[in-house]
Amino acid sequence: MDFALDTGNTAWLLTSASLVLLMTPALAFFYGGMVRGKSVLNMLMMSFTAMGVVGLVWSLWGYSLAFGTNVAGGLFGHPADFFGLAIDDAEGPAAAFGIPALVFVGFQATFAIITVALISGAIADRVKIGTWLAFTAVWVTVVYAPLAHWVWGGGMLGADGWLADALSLPIDFAGGTVVHINAGAAALALTLVTGRRKGWGKEPMRPHNLPFVMLGAGLLWFGWFGFNAGSELAADGTAGRAWVNTMVATSVAMLAWLAAERLRDGHATSLGAASGVVAGLVAITPAAGTVTTWGAIAIGAASGVLCALAVGLKHRFGFDDSLDVVGVHLVGGLVGTVLIGLFATNGVHGSFYFEGSQNGLFYGGGVTQLLTQVVAALVAVVWSFVLTFAIGWALRATLGWRVPEAAEVGGIDLHQHGETAYETVTQGTVFAHESKELRA
Amino acid sequence: MSKLVTGIIQPHRLDDVKSALEAAGIRGMTVSEASGYGRQKGHTEVYRGAEYAVDLVPKIRVEVLVADADADAIVDVVVKAAHTGRIGDGKVWVVPVDDVARVRTGEHGDLAL
Repeated sequence: MDFALDTGNTAWLLTSASLVLLMTPALAFFYGGMVRGKSVLNMLMMSFTAMGVVGLVWSLWGYSLAFGTNVAGGLFGHPADFFGLAIDDAEGPAAAFGIPALVFVGFQATFAIITVALISGAIADRVKIGTWLAFTAVWVTVVYAPLAHWVWGGGMLGADGWLADALSLPIDFAGGTVVHINAGAAALALTLVTGRRKGWGKEPMRPHNLPFVMLGAGLLWFGWFGFNAGSELAADGTAGRAWVNTMVATSVAMLAWLAAERLRDGHATSLGAASGVVAGLVAITPAAGTVTTWGAIAIGAASGVLCALAVGLKHRFGFDDSLDVVGVHLVGGLVGTVLIGLFATNGVHGSFYFEGSQNGLFYGGGVTQLLTQVVAALVAVVWSFVLTFAIGWALRATLGWRVPEAAEVGGIDLHQHGETAYETVTQGTVFAHESKELRA
Repeated sequence: MSKLVTGIIQPHRLDDVKSALEAAGIRGMTVSEASGYGRQKGHTEVYRGAEYAVDLVPKIRVEVLVADADADAIVDVVVKAAHTGRIGDGKVWVVPVDDVARVRTGEHGDLAL
């Protein structure tokens, strides 16, 4: 097949892939700062091991499941097509932009990795690392790869899918359904399967290191420019549109979250700023290249306020979504995905989406695109929640999820990894060291 | 016989208490970080809308060994220097000490102060 390399687009996607890969260690610190000091290493490890497992799975069969030729009416891609990444430059959706297939493989790998890592925040402080590793391999195969296939790999939610036939092509510019609704619904399922931490709601479980949280949020924002502007698959004006929208929606979401908590709780907090940043990034993700600056401002404001309110729901309903993956990623993903139905406009640079999609309600497109977005969001929620619940339940019955209660109290870092992050976390190590010196 | 004067004070009063003790002729003291509460009863912190009661608040503990006759005067020095007039200023108390030994010389009693 003929393939004309576009070095500008290729260079930008290689850069973007590297930016997105940085988001997972950034997430590790964003999450790690929010847990207690005795669990921080375990929290970091859940993100880092997701890089390990998904990086391998994606290279063997994950990419092929997501981007191989349609199997079962577009349910997933053929796992043998590109098994072990036997692939030519001209194969794959990015070839049309002059980008060799392997560059696109790498870019997509970083999305799969962070989606899996996002889930870990819902089950912080309490699960066996071995069960988590097994979960990451199964989940990226069974839940993530098919959904990515539907939306980006030419499957059921793509241009040739049933939803595009029935209503319109759903718009998911950079992963509102595939990444955030998917991770958020999975988080809800897993937190129900694994259960609450001992002492949740009674003992204080304050974030142990808010500077880590701020640092992580800052690096997430940085990496997210690759996530959103890279998803254009070209170094062009729409990439610039996505970049600017990623800046402005996130800025507004941070301010909105701070305003909401200042009014409700009395203070504008650093945790609120970091959380608002992530809420805004999540919500603008599906919309980044398809709305105007005003649309981005509206989406940012809505996500900042709604996510700030949504993080309180777990206390009302009694599920221990430890780090608010549901309140931020599921709710933020839904806000962004649905609001596209109001704000999408082909008046912005000709994004490839508008070949099959319509303008949003506020731009003369009627309710067709709005309904399309709602349906796509619901499909993603149901798919992810049901399958994740089943996988989580099966793992509970076989490997088991929870560490012993004593380990949870004494510190999961020590129990699962034989380490403690800080000298002051336990005195046991100090005494052991001293007694060794005394014996000598 | 000597006495141990212990003051639990607001952390931001430490510098004034130290200078006042030095001005009163006290040449040594022990200072440590402490946490606790009295009528002040801590405060609340809010994280993502969830309110946590933090009842133990940071304090500073100042300990000074003095001769019997000086104890009352030293208590007054600490009280005066630590005073802000608000709840949470702390407390100062005196306990008798049976004996004191200086590690370097082995001296006992008032000689060790």
